[in-house]
Parts: sequence; C-alpha cells; structure tokens
Amino acid sequence: MKGIKPENQMRVCFPSRSINESLARSLAAAFAALADPTVEELCDIKTAVSEAVTNAIVHGYRDTMGQVYIAAALYPGGRLVVTIRDKGCGIEDVARARQPLYTTCTTGERAGLGFAVMEELMDRVRVRSRLGEGTTVTMERTLSPRE
Amino acid sequence: MPVKIEIAPEADTVTAILSGEIDHHGAGRLREVIDDSVRRTCPRLLILDFGGVEFMDSSGIGIVLGRYRLMQDMGGRLALRSLPPHIRKVMQVAGISSLDIQEKGGKTQ
Repeated sequence: MKGIKPENQMRVCFPSRSINESLARSLAAAFAALADPTVEELCDIKTAVSEAVTNAIVHGYRDTMGQVYIAAALYPGGRLVVTIRDKGCGIEDVARARQPLYTTCTTGERAGLGFAVMEELMDRVRVRSRLGEGTTVTMERTLSPRE
Repeated sequence: MPVKIEIAPEADTVTAILSGEIDHHGAGRLREVIDDSVRRTCPRLLILDFGGVEFMDSSGIGIVLGRYRLMQDMGGRLALRSLPPHIRKVMQVAGISSLDIQEKGGKTQ
C-alpha cells in the first residue's frame, strides 16, 4: 500500500500471555468496527486475528515470553490491513506451516488449521518469517461498501 | 469459557452446553471438564451444544476433533447441536462434515 495514506491507524503491543488472545481480537474488532463493517465481516476479522495471535503466543514464543505487536490500518475504499508480529523463534518452512492440518503440536489438540482459517476468512494473507528473528503475518480484507 | 454439563438420567447421553468464547486460552480447561464427565459416565452419545457460543477460532475445531476421537475410542458417538453461522463457517474449514458426527438443529435447553 505504498503511497496511499491510511484513513486511520492503530498500534498495540502486549506480552505473549494466552489471556491476551481475547484482548487482541477485541481491539482489532473495535478498530474495524469504526469502518462500519457487516457483522459477518467483523466476526471473520476477529477470528483471523485470534488465529495469528495464538500462533505467535503458542509457536513464536513457545518456551519463552515476548511481545506481540499488532498494527491495523484502514485505507480508502474500506481496505483493512492487519499485521501481527512476534520476535520469537520464527518458522523454518513457511509453505509447510501453511498447509492445512500441519501442526507441531504433539498432544493432538491443536488442529493445525490456523492458517487455513485465516486464508478462508481474509482476502489475502502474507507470512514473512526468519528463524530466530520472528514472524510477521499481514492480512487484508476489503469491507463491503454500505449504503 | 463457561460450560455446563448435563448427564441424562440413564447416563447414556452427556451434553456439554458451551457458552462465551472458545479460544486457545480457555480450551484446556474446557477439555478437562468435558473429558472428565465422559470418562466417568461412558455415555453412548456426547452432545456439544454451541447455541451460547459467541466466538470460536480453530481451537474449537481441536476440541471437536479431540472429542470425536475420544468417543470413537469409547465406542460412542459425537453430536454437535445449535451451531451459529459463524461457528459453522470455521468448522467447514476443517471438513468436519466428512466425519461421522451427527448434527442436531434443536434449541439450547
């Protein structure tokens, strides 16, 4: 979105405690709500953000505690861009991690569908990751115009 | 993540009435409560009622798939009841419809 100025922006960060998963999705939803989205759009954004933040907490900062950063921006035409970033362990093979049902969880209770859910609910999902440096997930969704 | 467990008098059905938000943070406790009552009563049918659930991410899919396996191991079945549209949408990503899981419309009791 180079060159195009956002109409509104938000930046937050919080420690990677699982109790903050609900805080993160509520903040993202509150930001998106300012653009008057439909209930379904709001639900989708909330769910996608919850997936990315849970990944940062569960995988990025697996054995440690760190900061999770969220940036959200609303561009003209109702284009919402949300970025979730951690400075955790990074993903060795992003393409593999994005495959549905792929999980590093050994207890069988994580379905390995986080990225699949994000992709289903958002228009576009980009993942950048470096081992030892962290992961950035950028997702976009254009909100439908309202009368 | 509040959950209310109902055990039918004949102990052949356990119903877990879920409410609030289902995410990774609350999923562990939720699993414990459900599995504890299932292991104690060995029902033929476990019903997960989603009528009161306001939010669910893929942690909820983990709950469903895990309980599906548990009931299979115990020779029983799993049913899902009162799925709100946003939860049905998340479930569809997991292809849950291809599994032997019964779906009940019905009202949350």
